[in-house]
Amino acid sequence: MTIHLQKEIEKLKTMILSMSARVEKGFHDISEAVVHIDAETARRVIKEEQYINDIELEIEEECLKCLALYQPVAIDLRLIVAILKINNELERINDVSVNAAERVLDLAALRPLETPFDIKGMSVKVAQMLSMSLDALINMDPQKAIEVCNLDDEVDDLNRLIFQQVTAEIKRNPEQVGHLLLYASISRYFERIADLASNIAEDVVYLVEGDIVRHQDLEDYDLKGK
Amino acid sequence: MTEQTIEFSPVMRVSDLNLFYGESQALFGIEMDIPKHQVTALIGPSGCGKSTFLRCLNRMNDLLPIVSINGHISLEDGTDIYEKHQDPIQLRRKIGMIFQKSNPFPKSIYENVVFGLRIAGENRKVVLDAVVEDSLKRAALWDEVKDRLDQSAMGLSGGQMQRLCIARAIAVGPEILLMDEPCSALDPKSTAKIEDLIMELRGKYTIVIVTHNMQQASRVSDYTGFFFEGKLIEFDRTQQIFTNPKNQQTEDYITGRFG
Repeated sequence: MTIHLQKEIEKLKTMILSMSARVEKGFHDISEAVVHIDAETARRVIKEEQYINDIELEIEEECLKCLALYQPVAIDLRLIVAILKINNELERINDVSVNAAERVLDLAALRPLETPFDIKGMSVKVAQMLSMSLDALINMDPQKAIEVCNLDDEVDDLNRLIFQQVTAEIKRNPEQVGHLLLYASISRYFERIADLASNIAEDVVYLVEGDIVRHQDLEDYDLKGK
Repeated sequence: MTEQTIEFSPVMRVSDLNLFYGESQALFGIEMDIPKHQVTALIGPSGCGKSTFLRCLNRMNDLLPIVSINGHISLEDGTDIYEKHQDPIQLRRKIGMIFQKSNPFPKSIYENVVFGLRIAGENRKVVLDAVVEDSLKRAALWDEVKDRLDQSAMGLSGGQMQRLCIARAIAVGPEILLMDEPCSALDPKSTAKIEDLIMELRGKYTIVIVTHNMQQASRVSDYTGFFFEGKLIEFDRTQQIFTNPKNQQTEDYITGRFG
């Protein structure tokens, strides 16, 4: 029985890692597409959505099957619960990337605009958080996961800054309000992806440490080093 | 050894309990507080000492001449159950036991339930009738047998016999019920009835149950102790043990990686 469960768990791990690689690439692509207002890449990200949705359902069904058939406990239970949640977070990240891709298509239809917003700097920070959270998952590394959560405030600050800049630009150029709001939306989407990366990191802490750490400041969190 | 950090009101305190079968030591320095009116499950691989430990709690091991015990098991009032003046028979009225294989006497259902009371000299029909009804109701058997109390207990199904044994144990007014794999010989439906019963009895009695069925331990108990090679490796709230045990051996056992 346990050998079968371990095989199922290995299969689940492979599936979630494969999905996370696709979602991470999707975010990388959309970051580039935003910077270069690249409609073709944006369309590719939108097209990928169906695949990610399908794999999300497949992983969820596998998790439910493991729970029903093997009634796992302890680390096996935490792993399957964490995969169920991370699966959902990854699908949401991809959804938000698709939202950003749609804004890129809107931007591509407009005349290019000189903007002071550091969307690229923000996307680099979010990509770092996403990459670190997935590394934390692969290596079962709660320390790295906590670092991800602690980076989230920096992204929140960047989002706030871009929002202020957009507001100032709208005041200067009110005729471009629609255009400028597209940047505010993209900034908000990237901030949301950083939140979802933090959620993945919190799931990794739960998986390894067994503590639910949502809704708390993790700067002083003590790892048990189990 | 385990570090007990949980706080509750204990009905029994076991401290530094060692047990030997002749020269061979079977239990090593067990320390455990048994929480009052809660269900405590004892789990571990075969031969780990969990049933031996259970039998220490009402001095059933006294019946084996090769067994020697040292350490302390004290009750709520502080008396040690192994003190010389303690009467094991009286003790077993307080601490009843239900075995793996149900063992009804070849008597009527009624006489099985009142057996302990009759031995204690209680023969007033009105008292016995009340105890029979009350005990069978508590054991969730009354509705199934109320019209045939005078029939032989040997005609009951396996699950019914086990519930009759629980009714018989309850009839003498125990405080603690020890159960040694009470469902291992039962089908899933009868097992579910016994598990429901255990959950019903919690709150009124303290229950300590030995089980090989991990799902059963997680379903019915409030606290779980994991035994391995005669030692109590971990004792904690059941939810903690089954979601995030502190000890690696516990985790390996409950996830089926050994044992």
